[in-house]
Amino acid sequence: MFLGPSLAVSAVLFAIGTAGVLLRRNAIVIFMCVELMLNAVNLTFVAFAQRLGVSGQIFVFFVMAVAAAEAAVGLAIIIAVYRHKETVDLQHINLLKG
Amino acid sequence: MTLLKIVYWAFAGFAVVAAGMCITRRNPLASALWLVQTLFCLAVLYTILDAPFIGVLQVLVYAGAIMVLFLFVIMLLNIGRPGAGDLRGLAGAAAAAVLGAGLLFQLRALPRAAPPDAIQLPTGSLEAIQHQQGVVGAIAAPLFDTYLVPFEITSLLLLAAVVGAVVLAKRRL
Repeated sequence: MFLGPSLAVSAVLFAIGTAGVLLRRNAIVIFMCVELMLNAVNLTFVAFAQRLGVSGQIFVFFVMAVAAAEAAVGLAIIIAVYRHKETVDLQHINLLKG
Repeated sequence: MTLLKIVYWAFAGFAVVAAGMCITRRNPLASALWLVQTLFCLAVLYTILDAPFIGVLQVLVYAGAIMVLFLFVIMLLNIGRPGAGDLRGLAGAAAAAVLGAGLLFQLRALPRAAPPDAIQLPTGSLEAIQHQQGVVGAIAAPLFDTYLVPFEITSLLLLAAVVGAVVLAKRRL
């Protein structure tokens, strides 16, 4: 039920998330776009789990755990960078450019 | 068109609209709140797709815990006030539109991808398992059986993340 439509919605959300990463310069908003892409993949997992067994739902569980860990560490990094640079605008964070 | 289909498409449409609003709002706070909308709509979709427990987790963990963390950081860094905005210029917007559309063009094959019949479970088997073991039990049984080792490793991962976050964000240990 709803397998095709769910995969289509998932594809659209993933593309929107990718466009957001490329469109924004604010590190926190880019991070939120990555979360959006993770959620798009979760929708694919849940849609396939209907026909391929409950393992797909367990993978969503693991993706959520990884996303929580990623959010905690990533936001800590953003706070640390903000303390040095007084900005979260990626245009001004170009230390690796040399 | 049944009621279920109407509800599904209403929430699917609203999820896509809210995601679009999320990436185009100038204020990071507005972006975060639109993302919460998207996550709520996805929770409804999960519930319709026979995964009510995942839908509950989505609201509790994603919309509840993770997004509150984002809002805390936005508040802490005081970047929630309306400002110049951080959208890239015309070139950046064009690049984002072209690459997003390109990715969508490639992903259009996804809805047509049907898993081979040989590995598919018969229709309604997931509902039967949920009816038999309960909605939570259907996930808990394989999680603490087949996937026990990954589950335990997840706790290590979360511990490492907590320690790492404290080390990174604390001014002086």
